[in-house]
Amino acid sequence: MKRNIQFREALSSALADEMTADPSVFVFGLDVPDHKRIFGSTAGLLEKFGPERVFDTPLSEDAMTGAALGAALAGLRPVHVHIRVDFALLGMNQIINMISNLRYMTGGQIGKLPIVIRAVIGRGWGQSAQHSKSLQGMFAHFPGLKVVMPSSPQDAYSLLRASIRDDNPVIFLEHRWLYDVVGEVDDAHAVPLGLANVRRHGKDITLVCTSWMNVEAHKAADLLARRGVEAEIVDVRSIAPLDAATILKSVRRTGRCIVADYDWSFCGFAAELAAQIHHGCFKELKAPVERVGFAHTPCPTTRPLENLFYPSAKTLVRAAERLLGLDEMDLSQEKFYTYEVNFKGPF
Amino acid sequence: MSEPNLPFSILNEDGSCPERYRALLNDADLLAIHDMILFSRHFDRRMMMLQRQGRLGFYMTSTGEESTMIGATFCLKPDDPIFLSYREIGCLLWRKVDLRLIMNQLIGNSRDLCKGRQMPIHFCFREWGFPSVSSPVGTQLPHACGYAYAARELATGQVCLAFLGEGTASEGDFHTALNFAGVFRVPCIYLIRNNGYAISTPEAAQTAAKSLAARAAGYGMPGLQVDGNDLLALVNAMRWAVARARDGEGPTLIEAMTYRMGAHSTADDPSAYRSEEETARWAKVDNLARLEHHVRWRGLYDEARKQEALARHEETVRALIADSECWPPPPLDSLFEDVFEHANAHLLEQREEYLRFLAWKARRRAGEMAEAARG
Repeated sequence: MKRNIQFREALSSALADEMTADPSVFVFGLDVPDHKRIFGSTAGLLEKFGPERVFDTPLSEDAMTGAALGAALAGLRPVHVHIRVDFALLGMNQIINMISNLRYMTGGQIGKLPIVIRAVIGRGWGQSAQHSKSLQGMFAHFPGLKVVMPSSPQDAYSLLRASIRDDNPVIFLEHRWLYDVVGEVDDAHAVPLGLANVRRHGKDITLVCTSWMNVEAHKAADLLARRGVEAEIVDVRSIAPLDAATILKSVRRTGRCIVADYDWSFCGFAAELAAQIHHGCFKELKAPVERVGFAHTPCPTTRPLENLFYPSAKTLVRAAERLLGLDEMDLSQEKFYTYEVNFKGPF
Repeated sequence: MSEPNLPFSILNEDGSCPERYRALLNDADLLAIHDMILFSRHFDRRMMMLQRQGRLGFYMTSTGEESTMIGATFCLKPDDPIFLSYREIGCLLWRKVDLRLIMNQLIGNSRDLCKGRQMPIHFCFREWGFPSVSSPVGTQLPHACGYAYAARELATGQVCLAFLGEGTASEGDFHTALNFAGVFRVPCIYLIRNNGYAISTPEAAQTAAKSLAARAAGYGMPGLQVDGNDLLALVNAMRWAVARARDGEGPTLIEAMTYRMGAHSTADDPSAYRSEEETARWAKVDNLARLEHHVRWRGLYDEARKQEALARHEETVRALIADSECWPPPPLDSLFEDVFEHANAHLLEQREEYLRFLAWKARRRAGEMAEAARG
């Protein structure tokens, strides 16, 4: 069945469909069953599946993560939801010392660890340094974790279903601005983990993007098209395992590449990807790979500072111009997306 | 929630016990447990020697605390999962984990089920109900709670047991796991081996409270403090907690008061931080000595049986060591296996690169040998 739905509904549909298909799936975490339902992404689940499978717990991310591991050992398939990825850091001992290692440490005796950790990332409205991280590079740094970042409703739906069915631990990162994005979702369309997606074809420059940066990249590509530059957009989708082949194929064709990662670039996923591209496309590259990401500072609160901290379509256009040896185009009359228009407060 | 009035100790100094507690353990079980403790202690001794000879990387004895772990395991069903801390080899022994597998894990050879990827003593024996051991202490406590939650959802009837030391009771995981267990009323028992020391840190530096069991009230569960060097008292408390969990009445916290007779691990030297006088005082009330008094009091044991058992255990351990030392290490390219359920391109690439390197090395070696033969 095909429907035009929001990203948030794609997530709740994926959860509902997996919970219907498999009684061992359950969803838990702070705010999962409350009136706001994690930006609506767990809406309807409590009513349909009851408090035994949809619940919140005493406040301890650490214990929730450990309990998820225990439940997975016993044969259940937990989906643990964090309203901000920053709070998942309170469960890092469980994620990094146990969950990511356990199959390996036990020689494969513990062969199945079907744990999905969903976490919300991205900007709100003045959310400062402890509500704003992304951390995909950090999670992907650890062997044994899969890291997924959908950027369209279809991918949100299909990748969440694939993540729940996966017998490996999966970190599933969702940018909160994406929840409003509407798109066609076909529930019969499966997307396996570990595949990048060419979202827009072009011959002049490749923009390799994660999460929200795909949205910014589309805007940037539209602007660049006005001056005859055709940008190709590759959505990484799966940070780990990484589909390097699709990315390298694109860069070999265009010869120019910007890695736009929604995270800090320093020691981050963008650095890893840039290294792989340089190694794999050295002969075809017409210019060094450019990285676009957060300023390497903690995230500030005040709006002008925050706007400077985050990369945008404008940042991408300027980076592309540098790579292509073009003058800066006039963007002074251009309207860029701001979530501020949606803000009704309080936080 | 009613706190039961269970005795702290049952065994008297002379090995006798009140008649009404005699039936807690029949003669055959009592002898079997005693024999297992004797084996465990002998095994500890031999592993320490092996480590000192450089034949084992690391070891942790459980000497002095055997009754707690073996007694607790005795009270469970074979499929009840046990979340070990790290000083509970007795649980494995009582469940008859193949001794060769234990030895292979300690050595880390090609027959090690963990494939040489975990420190000695950090066991995983899934088939026997031991999911894993975690070096960061306390990590196992929420696992037991989550498992118990799932066991109830899946109606398996299982009860979980999680071990910890008194030092671990200072970790955040202790608080959060017990709070979860209380709120969800899961069939789970948390058993503190209060052996006096967290490596070199004495109990007095962990808590200003007289009892860790008293914390149970804060989590809405009963807390029992028992003499961990008294097998009968421990079994009495565990049986009560297991029955309660099995009946759906929720978790229990047990604090077993005991003493770590040996070092924390082979990397530790307790003479640097505790007196011989203190150790000697505890040796007098050591759990094995007290149990031996008891089996003798029941008329089940004498010196001849003891000597026979020791000789038998030595023979077993000797054969084990000989067997495990004859196996090679795990194959080198196994380094890249089991990171994920299926190896991804990145892992396969690393493996191929390594195999190419091996092939190059072999070619170079062949070339060198040919050179040497000519020259």
